[in-house]
Amino acid sequence: MTTELYNGSEMVVKALSELNIKYLFGYPGGSVLDIYDAIFKQDDVEHVLVRHEQAATHMADGYARATGEVGYVLATSGPGATNCITGIATAYMDSIPMVVLSGQVPTNLIGDDAFQETDIVGCSRPIVKHSFNCRKLEEIPNIIAKADYIAKTGRPGPVVVELPKDILIPDNKAPFTMEKDVQMRSYNPSAKGHPKQIKKAIKTIAEAKKLVVYSGGGIVLANASELLTELVEKLNAPITNTLMGLGGISGTHENFIGMLGMHGSLEANKAMANADVILALGARFDDRVTNKVEKFCPNATIIHVDIDPTSISKNINAHVPVVGLVDIVLQQMLDELDATNFKPNEEALKVWWDEINEWRAVKSVSYDKGNGKIKPQHVVESMYKITNGEAYVCSDVGQHQMFAAQYYPFAKPRQWINSGGLGTMGFGFPAAMGVKMAFPESEVICITGDGSIQMNIQELSTCMQYNIPVKIISLNNRSLGMVRQWQDMIYNGRHSSSYMESLPDFVKLTESYGHVGIQINTMEELDEKLAEAFAMKDKLVFVDIMVDEKEHVYPMQIRHGAVDEMWIKKGVKA
Amino acid sequence: MRRILAILLENEPGSLSRIVGLFSQRAYNIESLSVAPTDEPTLSRITIVTIGDDKILEQIVKQVNKLIDVIKVTDLTEREHVERELVLVKVLAMNDKSRTEVKRICDIFRGSIIDIGKQVYTIQITGDADKTNAFIKTLANETEIIETVRSGCVGIVRGDKALKM
Repeated sequence: MTTELYNGSEMVVKALSELNIKYLFGYPGGSVLDIYDAIFKQDDVEHVLVRHEQAATHMADGYARATGEVGYVLATSGPGATNCITGIATAYMDSIPMVVLSGQVPTNLIGDDAFQETDIVGCSRPIVKHSFNCRKLEEIPNIIAKADYIAKTGRPGPVVVELPKDILIPDNKAPFTMEKDVQMRSYNPSAKGHPKQIKKAIKTIAEAKKLVVYSGGGIVLANASELLTELVEKLNAPITNTLMGLGGISGTHENFIGMLGMHGSLEANKAMANADVILALGARFDDRVTNKVEKFCPNATIIHVDIDPTSISKNINAHVPVVGLVDIVLQQMLDELDATNFKPNEEALKVWWDEINEWRAVKSVSYDKGNGKIKPQHVVESMYKITNGEAYVCSDVGQHQMFAAQYYPFAKPRQWINSGGLGTMGFGFPAAMGVKMAFPESEVICITGDGSIQMNIQELSTCMQYNIPVKIISLNNRSLGMVRQWQDMIYNGRHSSSYMESLPDFVKLTESYGHVGIQINTMEELDEKLAEAFAMKDKLVFVDIMVDEKEHVYPMQIRHGAVDEMWIKKGVKA
Repeated sequence: MRRILAILLENEPGSLSRIVGLFSQRAYNIESLSVAPTDEPTLSRITIVTIGDDKILEQIVKQVNKLIDVIKVTDLTEREHVERELVLVKVLAMNDKSRTEVKRICDIFRGSIIDIGKQVYTIQITGDADKTNAFIKTLANETEIIETVRSGCVGIVRGDKALKM
């Protein structure tokens, strides 16, 4: 029997196929042409041609966030690879499983400043979970298997694989061997929480009088939202989510007290500040949550569950650290509650909930509907009603992102997709495209603004080629709203470079790509035209909505203050 | 506080750059660094001398551990340990008086003269930072130091314990 021989490019494609990778988002170029030729000759892996490599990374990222699977990108060496950098960093900050396959100049030219050469492994080093310099043809399958394994296990993250052209050429062949059951002596992510720490955590929770559960993106990544909901109900505790954690528990659950942090609800931030025990689950005490670290919840005992030991006691000291996968730790906690016959302290709970309900009564997440102009918050509320709260909402970065987070209560995890860590403008549209490719039957919205959408607007072309009918809801305020808000609040209203002059006619622009464009100018036509847009199931519709350009996002933490020091509206402190 | 970290990691291209990159990316100090393969050639051992308080050091150890290539990290300064550094010093030795004096200092510190030029001696000395610093300071009082090179600190835990796979 003769062993079948494969060239490097065939190995790349076969490895992806063995890993059941459905889509590869990318853009061709000199160093990866052999891979593209191998893609052409098979049907297992579908390549999606974007219009800019950054969009390929965000598409793969959106696909990964919605499905929980690893997103795959293919880029050529040099500019193709460097265009991926923002997308890799975006995935890294939010712990998204992604593999970026990058071309490289032939091995004998590496280091010679060859045409389209950049050291992509070096460039991406601070923003990847790991990277591989592939140097031998035979290594390709196992390196891709390892990259996949590293990307999706432990704390997920992006992995870069560099493939020089000379190992991809057709003449060079070898047998294909791939060990799918990856074993690495230097990488064994922990799974279970230490039993002693679990006992300690439950004891602390049982003794708490004012407990708050604070959960983040880790819950979403670990598919732990059912266990989380069970725990919260068993404890009857108030729960707040980070921006990344929204949907971890249903946004309409009675124990949910809203998002916390910079634009969180008053009740969430007050509950944190007044808690005697904080149970942090898959959250990392980001500076957009804590406000001034020195003033953060000084009286609370903090239980911190995280898969990544570096997240624990990095910003805020944890009294009861638990390292482990949050789904497994939650199950351990539930078991321990049963084993210790836990009964909630009804008396203390009543006092605590009474206090929280007083903060809730302030209705900090609300807005004045008065002046006849379209309020951006109103658009999100309408969007929620029309989609029955069931759409995937992919956001760009800015005011619209915060309005979406505040006014679209997410029923399920993975429904809310945004660049929370890096804050990448231009993320929302390609991410929405990736989600739509994963779930063609579901409603997928890109909520954006006139600033963000222009950072990847060329992808309207990709949507035409592959028929990706997402709905783009653009809250057009003719300016960079969040920048302008800060300039209003901190820079005495000096709007330095935050006004968007020369905006295109978004309707015509969209139409030129064969899609549908709708502009909405008045409150009267808002609901009707929005409904019209969503009724066109098979069309990409760009809805350009002229919103009140003066609107600010509230509530908002007061800079350098404690977690609960907030502006409720313009000039009004909590 | 000065700390000595011993790191065992995969001996692969790029492993060292990940360690060095991590330190600069997160604004940690590197006072000295030495690296070489171990008796097991697929593994490298790095010794890093760094400065930081307990909180920073805890983060450094965790962050280094998080790197995929890294197998083990130990803070040697937490344990009974031996540390050594090799220093080569080239000094001016113009006349009999200074030659004699340099030789005398070398003997006291148990350094050795390993090369002689027309007007210079090259001296080798090993020891911990205290000893090598004292040696160089003493030499500088006696003659002119032309050049020094330090290997960076290496260290090992005393007793039966070992940093191994």
